[in-house]
Amino acid sequence: MKYYIKMVRPYMVWSVLMIVIPMLLIAAYSVTTGGNTLVNIQFTLENFAKFAEPIYVQVFAKSLRIGLITVGICLVLGYTLAYNICRFEERIQSSLILLVTIPMWINTLLRTYAWISILSDNGIINTFLQALGLEPVTMMYTNFAVIIGMVSDFLPFMVIPIHTSLSKIDKSLIEAAQDLGATPFQTFTKVIFKLSIPGVLNGVIVTFLLSISTFVIPKLLGGGQYTLIGNLIENQFISVGNWNFGSALSLILTAVILVAITLMRRLDQEDKEEEL
Amino acid sequence: MKNKIIELKNLTHNFGDQQVLKGINLNIYQNEFLTLLGPSGCGKTTTLRIIAGFEEPTGGEVLFNGIDVSKVPAYKREVNTVFQNYALFPFLNVHDNVAFGLKIKKVDEKFIDAKVSETLKLVGLEGFEDRDVTLLSGGQQQRVAIARALVNEPKVLLLDEPLGALDAKLRKEMQTELKKIQEEVGITFIFVTHDQEEALSMSDTVVVMNEGVIQQIGTPEDIYNEPENRFVAGFIGASNIIGDAIMREDCLVSFDGQDFECVDKGFKENEPVEVVIRPEDIELVKPKQGLIWGVVKSVVFKGVHYELVVETEYRDYLVQTTRQFETEDKVGLTFEPEGIHVMYPM
Repeated sequence: MKYYIKMVRPYMVWSVLMIVIPMLLIAAYSVTTGGNTLVNIQFTLENFAKFAEPIYVQVFAKSLRIGLITVGICLVLGYTLAYNICRFEERIQSSLILLVTIPMWINTLLRTYAWISILSDNGIINTFLQALGLEPVTMMYTNFAVIIGMVSDFLPFMVIPIHTSLSKIDKSLIEAAQDLGATPFQTFTKVIFKLSIPGVLNGVIVTFLLSISTFVIPKLLGGGQYTLIGNLIENQFISVGNWNFGSALSLILTAVILVAITLMRRLDQEDKEEEL
Repeated sequence: MKNKIIELKNLTHNFGDQQVLKGINLNIYQNEFLTLLGPSGCGKTTTLRIIAGFEEPTGGEVLFNGIDVSKVPAYKREVNTVFQNYALFPFLNVHDNVAFGLKIKKVDEKFIDAKVSETLKLVGLEGFEDRDVTLLSGGQQQRVAIARALVNEPKVLLLDEPLGALDAKLRKEMQTELKKIQEEVGITFIFVTHDQEEALSMSDTVVVMNEGVIQQIGTPEDIYNEPENRFVAGFIGASNIIGDAIMREDCLVSFDGQDFECVDKGFKENEPVEVVIRPEDIELVKPKQGLIWGVVKSVVFKGVHYELVVETEYRDYLVQTTRQFETEDKVGLTFEPEGIHVMYPM
């Protein structure tokens, strides 16, 4: 046993170097001024105060809104998909789940570029519409394009936890519900859905986390002017060069995500306590 | 016991290319405690699931009060099931589990509460309404499962090996309790088990099944005392089965090189038959007084009695006796004509 504990050490060194120290640096950057010059570092809370400016609050609100819409669409599509996959026999189920995960093997950037060629003004959809004699529709650089990109990218993260929850359901519970007179619809709402809640919560948390912090998809499908919180942070580091404000934004985002996750976890727990 | 409530007509069922039911014909009557008994894989659970509506039979009919319901989905049937693993809803407390069926039917809340309490009292769980089902003991979960089914006042209650997961003492208690509940509510119970003792002690009617075929239907006494074939005899209790007997004439059967008086009639002359002699029907006497003599090969103490294997010229006999013997003792075996059960060979 002791021997195996020692094997954890390289990993601990690695995580301290690659996770803990960078996090501490972000925290340090967020409460100082002076950027990367070590000479005139000063403590300040200005970086956080700056966030209160309407323009930033608006970006934040928009990110939340787009994020929640994405999560909502992922939930509906993902649940339907997971539920239907569960109706096949086990061997087929694992190949279907494999199909769901295959897109994840391809780089996000590549998949997002693919959406450009589908959605752009002279892309696949519009060419098709024109061939039918219909007016072309502008889809690129809209919320629609960003949301469609995010949904297609994050859907597997919703499908897999829900499928896991659903496939673990004891079949005799479903039979018990039917035996007690529940129609297939009642069986779903009163038994199956309730038993899948842990998977739903996991899927919602992960997709929410991904969609609120993404910056590649809005940048490519939303255009240069399209700014979500992820893009804002990226800009602070890459183009503006204000690492201090960027760090503060990152910390605020982290805090928001943490609060959201805690709230959702509590929701799950209250659900359980009510039943006690 | 007069009114037929369920009738199975030439029921067949296949899983893939494997036929698990090969033509089941069975009448089930009102207020009857009927047990489907057989080894695992004999088709007893499949029969129950077809009655419940979880499986659609490949062929044949399931009649409820004369109407074929084999295509009616489970939720529309007037039967309720107690599942082998209880299948209680883990996210509901005891009250809500029991109330599940009534809530579906949109019965008045006050009526539900009263009915749930009443049913919980019936199964001996008074005051358990607010408990978490996942924290109950196996026996208590079992009772909740029974209450959840009974509260809907089904005409027939189906029980799929419900006592299998309980320890021996609790199982005995629940056997008595189940019989009591069945008498109290006065409905038909169809009980599935592989435990012959359970079947004999609770049932009005026992249906012995093997390999998708009904072997014998009868009262527990019939099944035990007059097994119809080698399978039933062997499955119900330990037995001495003599496979090479010949029926000389009515009431005279020949085996082990002798003719024995018996009480069975209606066989052809010199027809090959099989004979069962229960170990408790054999009496041990002095070698010369016995019908057959032999040597004690082994002695096992079983509590109430000893179980002996006696080696004779033609075969080994299993004998139960309350007296003490040593191995190598020479003994005589004797039995009454009533102790010999003649069956058709399988």
